[in-house]
Amino acid sequence: MSVFKFEEGNFEKEVLESNEVVLVDFYADWCGPCKMMSPVIDEIANELLGKVKVGKVNVDNNQELAIKYDVMSIPTMIIFKNGMPVKSFVGITSKEAILKELNH
Amino acid sequence: MYDVIIIGAGPAGISAGLYTKRANLKVLIIYKEKSGLEKANLIENYYGFEKGITGAELYQTGIKQAKHLGIDIKKEEVINVQIKENGEYKIITENQSYDSKTVIFATGNKKNVPKIKGIKEFEGKGVSYCAVCDGFFYKNKDISVLGNGKYAISETNELINIAKSITILTNGEKAPEIRADNVKIDTRKVREVRGENKIQEIEFEDNSKIKTDGLFIALGIAGSSEFAKKLGIMTNKDKIIVNENMETNIPGIYAAGDCTGGLLQVSKAVYEGAKAGLQAIKYLRKQ
Repeated sequence: MSVFKFEEGNFEKEVLESNEVVLVDFYADWCGPCKMMSPVIDEIANELLGKVKVGKVNVDNNQELAIKYDVMSIPTMIIFKNGMPVKSFVGITSKEAILKELNH
Repeated sequence: MYDVIIIGAGPAGISAGLYTKRANLKVLIIYKEKSGLEKANLIENYYGFEKGITGAELYQTGIKQAKHLGIDIKKEEVINVQIKENGEYKIITENQSYDSKTVIFATGNKKNVPKIKGIKEFEGKGVSYCAVCDGFFYKNKDISVLGNGKYAISETNELINIAKSITILTNGEKAPEIRADNVKIDTRKVREVRGENKIQEIEFEDNSKIKTDGLFIALGIAGSSEFAKKLGIMTNKDKIIVNENMETNIPGIYAAGDCTGGLLQVSKAVYEGAKAGLQAIKYLRKQ
């Protein structure tokens, strides 16, 4: 499985201290648009395997992370570089738009 | 249970209805608003009318043609579209709900984006277009809903048991009928929404302000872009993204006509409606 499960316990190590660019998908199981976004995130993870680290944060279980990064609408996808959020996408977003930013 | 529910009764919606009904499917067309077509004075660039035809006449004739073929047509406002556990769809209107195996959006070119300073800037930072998706983030908070119609009431009802208080901002329109302890109505015109990093206050044209933690947009009658946001249909600048078969990214959901962008022409809407209908037929036969 190439998609990580990020949580409050491993977020610092896996995301903030990562040497790779990281794409984080904030979602919830009850969120319809998140379910439509999920396969797109999986495809990105497979296509950019070894180049970009991709993972998901369940906001139900990790509310502190959602608050910390001002996530107020889901799905929200945030790209982290060197521990900093550099770009976010709110709502269902095309694979092309995310790839364009990741390849930037 | 319907095979196909079409939302919208303009040329795209009716065309989709004709193709699916003639394939012996159970078809329902639901519409409420006036079509953009009705506003067209005289159409002289559409095939088959010697002296042209008025938009209103073409529109009314289309609805009559669909009725003549035996298609169910209801004039009701759709306030929600849901995906059921089994992958079928539930269309909820002001009066009742209908189940369907497929849905075709033919809701036209309408935009419900309010011309209020700051709204665009705070999208995803307190400005939301989907109560059921984002209500979670506003537990015990003071929030606002912009709108005054049935759709605004429906969105407010989604939030009543989550938020501490809800202020319905009608922005100068008349107050809707709604009664709940934590809901109040403010009919003043809104000038601007403001905040640092996220929305914090709303300023009215009379210079007074209220604090708010979130603003849910629910203006007018919900159209394709509102339903797209709730369902997770991919859009580009509020137009539904479809492939050459009018399929959206969700299996069994199609879009046709002005709501997919491009040429705002009857000929294009008729073609796309036909294509969406044929694709829905194909999809249902595979099941």
